[in-house]
Amino acid sequence: MSFTPAANLANGHAAAASSQVSEEQLRQQFILKAGLAQNLKGGVIMDVVNAEQARIAEEAGAVAVMALERVPADIRKDGGVARMSDPKMIKEIQAAVTIPVMAKVRIGHLVEAQIIQHLAVDFIDESEVLTPADETHHIDKHAYKIPFVCGARNLGEALRRVNEGAAMIRTKGEAGTGDVVEAVRHARTMMSEIRKAQHMSADELYNYAKEIGAPYHLLKETARLGRLPVVNFAAGGVATPADAALMMQLGMDGVFVGSGIFKSGDPAKRAKAIVQAVTHFNDPAVLATVSEDLGEAMVGINCDTLPEAEQFAKRGW
Amino acid sequence: MTSTTVPAPAAPPSSTPTENQPIRIGVLALQGAFIEHVHLLERVAQHLSVPLSFPLIRTAADLDPKSLHGLVIPGGESTAIALVAERSGCLDALRTYVRARPTWGTCAGLILLSQSATHAKQGGQQLLGALDVSVDRNAFGRQAESFMAPLHIKGITDTALDGTHVPLEGVFIRAPVVTTLGDHVDVIGTVTGPKGDERIVAVRQGHLLGTSFHPELTQDTRVHKYFVDMVLKHVQAAGDSS
Repeated sequence: MSFTPAANLANGHAAAASSQVSEEQLRQQFILKAGLAQNLKGGVIMDVVNAEQARIAEEAGAVAVMALERVPADIRKDGGVARMSDPKMIKEIQAAVTIPVMAKVRIGHLVEAQIIQHLAVDFIDESEVLTPADETHHIDKHAYKIPFVCGARNLGEALRRVNEGAAMIRTKGEAGTGDVVEAVRHARTMMSEIRKAQHMSADELYNYAKEIGAPYHLLKETARLGRLPVVNFAAGGVATPADAALMMQLGMDGVFVGSGIFKSGDPAKRAKAIVQAVTHFNDPAVLATVSEDLGEAMVGINCDTLPEAEQFAKRGW
Repeated sequence: MTSTTVPAPAAPPSSTPTENQPIRIGVLALQGAFIEHVHLLERVAQHLSVPLSFPLIRTAADLDPKSLHGLVIPGGESTAIALVAERSGCLDALRTYVRARPTWGTCAGLILLSQSATHAKQGGQQLLGALDVSVDRNAFGRQAESFMAPLHIKGITDTALDGTHVPLEGVFIRAPVVTTLGDHVDVIGTVTGPKGDERIVAVRQGHLLGTSFHPELTQDTRVHKYFVDMVLKHVQAAGDSS
């Protein structure tokens, strides 16, 4: 399996991007953006709401933290409009840790993205967990110097986001539930669609691109690589070391854990256990050891009892 | 037996592969961009007559200097790699290994190989301490300051067969730089940063190689070829001495 995103995507990106930037600048920007995501592989990215939690995450071995005001479980509980975090809180988290800091913006909210970029955050998550600001358009992510990660449920959605400039994809799962079933569904769907594309003839691939709403050049590249042309993490409902290892065995490159850590009984211990589980995802002996005596997991909401209006994964187009 | 505690480049281990056994160059796979290294090493191997294999390394048992002839420590988050190594019980094996066999650290790997690091997390981080340098983590700044720049590395040609000048493409992502050097450390590469200052980004100390940039994120195999040659020479020397 090869993994060579940059050289192969530069042309498509040049075609998609705004006019002032040269093709060479875009190629270099893409290597730098996708490269940071490649450095995060095999790691765990943890949601944190303050500097103290960020330090716990760093000590646990997180490869990055996601700074946000409320974890998804609380966004669900509180209701109302969920927005970008207060820049003051983001700065406090940046000052507390040396690992990369990510922050979320609403789908389509380009000004929130400009503000987050100004804060020199390392990665922006254009996230369905926040209330969408635009029901048609996602952000033109080529226009930013810092990389974006976006959620996806299937291959078509993932490649639309890559076409817009996303340097990293994550499954949407169903954030804030502690139920891994949707993340599994999205990972399985993507991997299955990739395998299907790999075995298609050229004429079938043109039609498949149309069917799944994927840009043809990106679908062709995905079929050639046998994987997404950018790093692909699991997210949305991961609550235990076993959940994390499951997502790795399904072919994900790493794991986001949102509410699962700081809504559990012993966050520091659980965070460490999930980090170990992602490295040793194929070693049941390690997984058994780290799963021991973790205290209470987050209570969780079953995804099949969640009304459609409350399903975050349905957001994004 | 292999000497395990001497900090200076140690005598090469005495056992060498037989003709049928491949030379094994491991890639530390605790976290980070490890598979990219494997892919470039495989491309180097295609042009060599010596059989080579590139196992992923995750445990202390994998780090036996007798059966593993070289090691690459990839880019990733150095804090995360150090913590996972410690909890996986392979930190001491790594410390022993990198003093015995050729090891190359890229970015986070360079930090881990070094004696000391500034701008580490609160409370500091575990280092392997074999490469006699100090590094400054995230020396150029956050991701917005990541950049690419042409590079010349001492010992790596940048002239193509047709005579054209082809410098290496340095990919610097939240990159560290080397700030102080021990007596036995050679500077083999520097870069002019975005602010115009000359920074040390590649060093060699006997069997150790450190680069603050990411050749594994390009399609250029020259630095990987350089390291494979280091390993082959080391194996050869071990054979001569036995």
